[in-house]
Amino acid sequence: MTSSQRQSPTLAAITVALPMIAVVVAVMQGAAGADAELWAHLREYVLAGVAWNTVILVAGVVAIAMALGTSLAWLTAACDFPGRSFFSWALLLPMAMPAYVLAFVAVATLDYAGAVPALLRGWFGADLWLPPIRSTGGVIGVLALAGYPYVYLMARGAFMTHGARALEAAQSLGLGPWAGLFRVAIPLARPWLAGGAALVAMETLADFGAVSVFNYDTFTTAIYKAWFALFSIETALGLALLLLLFVVVALALERAARGRARYSASDSGARAALRIELTGARAWMACGYAALVFALGFALPAIALTQWAWQVAPLDLDGRYVDYALRTLGLAGMAAILCLALAIVLGYATRRAAGPVAQAAARVATLGYAVPGAVLAVGVVTALGAADQAWRTLAGGEGLWLQGTVFALLLGYVARFLAVAHGPVQGGFERIRPSLEEAARGFGLGAREVLARLHLPLLGAGMGTAILLVFVDVMKEMPITLMTRPFGWDTLAVRVFEMTAEGEWERAALPSLAIVVAGLLPVVLLTWRMERAARTA
Amino acid sequence: MVLKLHRAGWLATLLLVPLLLAGTARAAGEPLVVYTARKYQLVDELFQEYGRNRGIEVKFVTDDGAPLIQRLIAEGANSPADLFISVDAGDLWRATEAGILAPVKSPMLESAIPPHLRDPQGRWFGLAVRARTIAYSTDRVKPAELSTYAALGDARWKGKLCLRSGKHAYNQSLVAMMIGDLGEAATERVVRSWIANLAAPPFSSDTLLLKAIAAGQCDVGIVNSYYLGRLQAETPGFPVQIFWADQKAGGTHVNISGGGVTRHAKNRAEAIRFLEWVATPAIQQRFAAVNYEFPANAGVAPLPVVAAWGKFEPNLVNVGTIGRTQPAAVRLLDRAGWR
Amino acid sequence: MRLELRELTRRFGATAAVERLSIALDAGRIGCLLGPSGSGKTTVLRCIAGFERPDAGEVLAGGERLAAPGVWVPPERRRIGMVFQDYALFPHLGVLANVGFGLRDGDRAARRRRALEMLELVGLADQADKLPHELSGGQQQRVALARALAPRPRLVLLDEPFSNLDAEVRMELAQQVRTALKSEGATALLVTHDQREAFAIADEIGVLRAGRLEQWDAPWKLYHSPATRFVADFVGEGNFIQGTVLGPGRVSTELGVIEGQLTRGQPAGTHVDLLLRPDDVIHDDESELRAEVVERVFRGAQFRYTLRLPSGATAQSFAPSHHDHAIGERIGIRLDAQHLVGFPRE
Repeated sequence: MTSSQRQSPTLAAITVALPMIAVVVAVMQGAAGADAELWAHLREYVLAGVAWNTVILVAGVVAIAMALGTSLAWLTAACDFPGRSFFSWALLLPMAMPAYVLAFVAVATLDYAGAVPALLRGWFGADLWLPPIRSTGGVIGVLALAGYPYVYLMARGAFMTHGARALEAAQSLGLGPWAGLFRVAIPLARPWLAGGAALVAMETLADFGAVSVFNYDTFTTAIYKAWFALFSIETALGLALLLLLFVVVALALERAARGRARYSASDSGARAALRIELTGARAWMACGYAALVFALGFALPAIALTQWAWQVAPLDLDGRYVDYALRTLGLAGMAAILCLALAIVLGYATRRAAGPVAQAAARVATLGYAVPGAVLAVGVVTALGAADQAWRTLAGGEGLWLQGTVFALLLGYVARFLAVAHGPVQGGFERIRPSLEEAARGFGLGAREVLARLHLPLLGAGMGTAILLVFVDVMKEMPITLMTRPFGWDTLAVRVFEMTAEGEWERAALPSLAIVVAGLLPVVLLTWRMERAARTA
Repeated sequence: MVLKLHRAGWLATLLLVPLLLAGTARAAGEPLVVYTARKYQLVDELFQEYGRNRGIEVKFVTDDGAPLIQRLIAEGANSPADLFISVDAGDLWRATEAGILAPVKSPMLESAIPPHLRDPQGRWFGLAVRARTIAYSTDRVKPAELSTYAALGDARWKGKLCLRSGKHAYNQSLVAMMIGDLGEAATERVVRSWIANLAAPPFSSDTLLLKAIAAGQCDVGIVNSYYLGRLQAETPGFPVQIFWADQKAGGTHVNISGGGVTRHAKNRAEAIRFLEWVATPAIQQRFAAVNYEFPANAGVAPLPVVAAWGKFEPNLVNVGTIGRTQPAAVRLLDRAGWR
Repeated sequence: MRLELRELTRRFGATAAVERLSIALDAGRIGCLLGPSGSGKTTVLRCIAGFERPDAGEVLAGGERLAAPGVWVPPERRRIGMVFQDYALFPHLGVLANVGFGLRDGDRAARRRRALEMLELVGLADQADKLPHELSGGQQQRVALARALAPRPRLVLLDEPFSNLDAEVRMELAQQVRTALKSEGATALLVTHDQREAFAIADEIGVLRAGRLEQWDAPWKLYHSPATRFVADFVGEGNFIQGTVLGPGRVSTELGVIEGQLTRGQPAGTHVDLLLRPDDVIHDDESELRAEVVERVFRGAQFRYTLRLPSGATAQSFAPSHHDHAIGERIGIRLDAQHLVGFPRE
């Protein structure tokens, strides 16, 4: 491929990465002006603690989410036990439950003063010791429950499409089902598992809502403190820069860990492998395990939310809720389509111009997932402010053109969630063999036609997954929406924030429940497509 | 494939509908634009009523105080905001330091709002007052055992004290005021003694804290008065009561929910009119009552459940000075390990 | 280990993929299931391996029942090695690690020795450290074979092992596979749709059609004594011409009276369709019998001529390639058939 042929895809990749680039530039610029004295204070009293806390949190959440997601994916993809077909899709439902909602439900029901301990103390006496939910273990557990569906999704996809044949080979060599899981299925699924782990890690790093409820200090809370309590945006951006570096290093490690091995998608339709039938105690243990995770991650919180919402509904439920719901859904839909389009452009561009610049652009573009929403919002606001300023000097006039519009919101969402769309789309592209493209080009189709007539139809399932994932994530999003939304554009998440900020958790139940219900539809759609894809594979 | 593009096009159009639903201009006259840290459920009705009275539209956006200030700074001269309403005096001081509030000369406001609750140069005015004071379990503690904030650090309260997170502005303002009164060294000693007495890790909200006292996890805590008011109104017989701290030592720490006109307000006259409207006795009563607070206008009575707490001596230092020592307070909290 | 299938049946919904299949393969023998796609041969293999459960019938290895009503041995306990169509090498392991994957007994050194031994058997000892994607298709398949043989399984199953490889590699590899299997003394069952592979490797071949066994026999007998019309059609080349049985070993056809061994012993007077293989029709310039060349295929050493007989029926003939005749020419032919395979005319 000539260098000129490489230029336009590279340019396209850079364009897609622009929101993130703008954020990084704003962060670096801001950080340059950091207050030295404040840094000294942070270094001495704050940094070590939050760094350690953050590492423990991310490590703990990733470890537990991986264990939950992989084991449950294995049980539902390769084994059979009572209730398997129900749990196959039900175990994805916690994806509709935002982490901050799970957090406040957990604390409200399980803290010392909550309903469950009160009940238990009533039975067993007031001196009963119960493990405190407001602890490191508690916040790790809650974030792991909120995050495991991503690993589950990835692992299940890997086991169902690639695992079957290798597992049969392992069985023919004498490996029983569990040895097969650990020696074959998991190693083969490594790239997908690593992808799921990366998503969970980044979500955890960027989380602010859940850790606030637990009053757990992480890098992100330190950023908020420097910015809003100490009013030094420069120092906050300096911390954000540290966070970004940490993420870049972690992602590089993950890529290195993938090793030399090449995992090509086998096109030969793998026949559905015979399921490992669990019997007796094992079967019921599996059922109980799945039921426990489902209950803790979705069923019980949903019941609690419904109960509270029921009490509050007469007060709060009115025509405005339709408005919130419409706006939430509308924003989520727009962001999802936008992210998908950009992910396709990025995927295609990096495929056609596999040079270092395009690859770097792709990595930068997907970095946003790990960045706290507030930092992204700063970047977006700063960048748009500069753009507005330029527009004013060039074209005259006054007022805000880009700032404070839906465009600012969407820009923030794209910077943050492009990574979520990028994964499935990239996976879809990789499954298209280069020979197909060559055949299409041989018929005289230009690059854009090849994209429209070959890639898009073949990407099919990948696109659906990307849209649904971004949709659910944007619906749950809070910090960016809070900071950049135009007048009258309150979403359900904003409502939740306002209630929880004032400690009115019962009133926060109604909008929370609305978010969960609205998120159920895409999640169910997602599982339905996965089942269908698995059956026809 | 063409069909898919068509469908995508329809989908996109459908999703744009909410966009069009937004921003339907309703009334005549310049709208009043408010950036408010006082949450939606407390201000919405008020804005609606004012808008109806005056025949204009009141547009507002809510967020925490500090992000709103940052937004105002970033928007600069092009900001559409006319009015900034805050729930913390420290934020108001910050806003004046950042130069985003403009002085207002209003004899009405000056007479209605006591001097320690407004800016001497008229850049902001307190509209409702809340006290951050001691709450105690009526089952296990007698009022005679309580006196000052500092006394909560005594050994007798070991393992019986609950506090909210040090990351929240309310505690930062309390400590800032203490620094103003006692100086940094003494304040740090007091704070450390509190931390040593904690029964549980700091809570993320005052409501959780009060429920913990009621359930027996601790016996005393420091809260904003209105949270207790809410709980006492929701649950008659709630076993926690308020105690006015520092009555013989300078007065209980108070904070305000207040507002100021922005420097680049397009509708300055309307903003001033709004503030004056809120300062009238009738509105003062509602403004404070909806959140179990004390009206800033001293002549107006608070809700019965609030009045039942009795009268108290507030710390009369101008609340605006809190902001000056707030950064030092934040660092102090870091050093003392108040999470 | 002797393999036996008794009345093996497997249904998918209403259709039977395998219907009452019964075969027996003695220890150390290489068998083959031959048939067009959809004939159920892969299903049979998967039933033997334990990846599918038969609906009826039994699978026995060395007299032990692996699958039967009420009996089910899971695949990992059957000690049956399998070579897959797409090799199924573990991409995250090197070649040596792949080969040694199924080894349990002995210490590390012993296992390593056995794995190397197997690699040498297939001629790939120098590739021990490579990763699977670094090898060619043929090499990967040989590694797969070595992996299956290493744990000394009682039976080796091969599922269309050469279909992903190019033609030249196939035949050579087929010979190597047979040598490797024989040297290990393995009992093996191969499944394929390619008869040349089947003939090259197998001691006994079973022809499958729509899930039923048409004939189980040595390759030579399949070719010269096909039991059914389908087998006659499927195995080897040839055409049918009409004839009438005159007596034992004598059939009258339009090409004259043919004498030979009537394989199916039909009584005199039966009207039959007689199978004529290309090697039964000899090109003889001296013969009075003439047929018109309608098609010719050059095959290096031979031509295969398709001829139209006076009655209109077609026959094929192999002729040494220096007999170069054009289409439309009438050439002399005579019959030289030893085995007379006739089926009653329908």
